[in-house]
Amino acid sequence: MTPLLRRDRVFDFLAPPLPPDALLDTRHGPILYLEDISVSFDGFKALDDLSLYIDDGELRCIIGPNGAGKTTMMDVITGRTRPDTGSAWFGSRVDLLRLDEPAIAGAGIGRKFQKPTVFEKLSVVQNLELACHGDKAVWRTLLAALDADQRATVAGVLDTIGLAGHAHREAGALSHGQKQWLEIGMLLTQRPRLLLLDEPVAGMTQEEIERTAELFRALAGAHSVVVVEHDMEFVRSIANKVTVLHEGRVLVEGDMQAVQNDPRVIEVYLGE
Amino acid sequence: MITRWLMNDRGGAVMLGVLLLAALVVPLANLGIGADSPLHVSTYTVTLLGKYLCYAVLALALDLVWGYCGVLSLGHGAFFALGGYAMGMYLMRQIGERGVYGNPLLPDFMVFLNWERLPWYWHGFDMFWFALVMVALAPGLLAFVFGWLAFRSRVTGVYLSIITQALTYALMLAFFRNEMGFGGNNGLTDFKDLLGFDLQADATRVSLFLASAALLAIAYVACRHITGSRLGRVVVAVRDAENRARFLGYRVENYKLWVFTFSAVLAGLAGALYVPQVGIINPSEFQPLNSIELVIWVAVGGRGTLWGAAAGAVLVNYAKTSFTAVLPEVWLFALGALFVLTTLLLPRGLAGLLRNRGEAR
Ligand SMILES: Nc1ncnc2c1ncn2[C@@H]1O[C@H](COP(=O)(O)OP(=O)(O)OP(=O)(O)O)[C@@H](O)[C@H]1O
Ligand SMILES: [Mg+2]
Repeated sequence: MTPLLRRDRVFDFLAPPLPPDALLDTRHGPILYLEDISVSFDGFKALDDLSLYIDDGELRCIIGPNGAGKTTMMDVITGRTRPDTGSAWFGSRVDLLRLDEPAIAGAGIGRKFQKPTVFEKLSVVQNLELACHGDKAVWRTLLAALDADQRATVAGVLDTIGLAGHAHREAGALSHGQKQWLEIGMLLTQRPRLLLLDEPVAGMTQEEIERTAELFRALAGAHSVVVVEHDMEFVRSIANKVTVLHEGRVLVEGDMQAVQNDPRVIEVYLGE
Repeated sequence: MITRWLMNDRGGAVMLGVLLLAALVVPLANLGIGADSPLHVSTYTVTLLGKYLCYAVLALALDLVWGYCGVLSLGHGAFFALGGYAMGMYLMRQIGERGVYGNPLLPDFMVFLNWERLPWYWHGFDMFWFALVMVALAPGLLAFVFGWLAFRSRVTGVYLSIITQALTYALMLAFFRNEMGFGGNNGLTDFKDLLGFDLQADATRVSLFLASAALLAIAYVACRHITGSRLGRVVVAVRDAENRARFLGYRVENYKLWVFTFSAVLAGLAGALYVPQVGIINPSEFQPLNSIELVIWVAVGGRGTLWGAAAGAVLVNYAKTSFTAVLPEVWLFALGALFVLTTLLLPRGLAGLLRNRGEAR
């Protein structure tokens, strides 16, 4: 453990941000290790000894009935909720439980919220610029404009998410599906290694869903992608491997075909 | 570049224009035109205007943290008062032997309390540059420490507002105490001169008015520069979706802290120019009501616009001056009614009203 990572919620005005990839070590396979994670809210166990491994470059879908603990799991990975027990590692060297949210984002984990969250008063392009990779210290944002590399990233992503025609519109004026895309775009300009996407296609039209599926498939490989989704059609169209969460634990893991035919999964979903 | 943002900021351009005009006309009408002419502007009015301008700077400071950063401070008057006290201490030391007791070193109230020596924290205030540093440092440091504790613990919303209010209240109680060495409930007063210029002289009053106008213009440009930079957009992002900003890698606490500290320094500068014009600083400047009135100025003017906040400060205080001259008891009710009406009918303040007009056209 380097001393640099031992700062838990410390004001690091002067410390340089974590250099991307310098600390991420995925030589041992998985990019994300969650082991025996438990989280309880007032005695209610939202996560119960959850263990999950995501391989580098993998596209993983996570499904499960309402209240299964999917969002809570993402909260643990991104530093929003501290688990009661267990460990969470990003690569084999970054201990996520020792970092706060900005440090985790800086280490290369991007997250889309379940409820699409963009900066409504800012324009689409300003949203993307804010998310863009680079130094996020106060003085830098006051004094330095975006460099050419960052501007190219923003322009590229603006095309990818199909909002080039809306670049200067206020984000608050976008449709629900467009906001979802904008938020996904913000993750992309952030250049994370691992993307956590909580219900990314909710509120999208069929056509938008298909384009999103395409985008995610293209992202896998260079990125690791974890998608939480209720839309089974969508999951089927992108998934190699599916994890079913139920009552805070992993119920079944496997390919879509096997998972769908598993009697335990059928019971959980029919029992709803 | 400056011309470009003035084009995009009509309200700001108008405000700076009016300031410039006032800076040209008011001195002329006071010093250049005889008292018997109807065009003459009395020294009393000049000082009143200078006071309004200091309030406008204070309103700008609050608008930056409240309108842009979403931090509703109900204690910003404390930073204003601290800047005022720092200036007051300089002015006290300037009195020298001319005090009632004729003590060359100790201000009158210390002689009255039978103090033998100048307290350590009064040293250095005989030098103007030192006082100026303290004008910025005292409120800045307080804001930094307070903000560091509050923002790091992620205190937000109403809770934060309440503790800022408690902060100014606690300071008021402390400054009331004679042992604190700031003149107790009488505060600091009977100032004679500033940098050797007689504070009662018309020319000094006009200069203070001009300094206030210059401070307002500089403060406005500085605030506009911040809100127009990437930093300004991060701050708006923090206001509207704090968690989203945090998960994008922004240390939200640091952003709030720096904006809050900058704002406090600005408030301190305003207080420092206010004190020589009104001739007194006492603990009542810390009273919570002042900070709440300040919030009303900004709300009436239109928060999140900067120039609206400054205009709100001038207009509400003009109303206050006129009102208290006729019906002093009713003013607080009128102020309350004004606040309720703006909240209900003009959520974006007068600036919002003007903007809607502009858009409708
Ligand atoms: N902050 C909290 N306080 C109390 N209970 C919580 C909190 N957050 C989550 N829970 C509970 O933990 C359980 C898991 O919630 P979570 O949001 O992780 O479910 P989910 O799988 O994302 O469900 P959905 O599909 O509805 O989004 C739920 O029963 C929820 O009520
Ligand atoms: Mg959820």
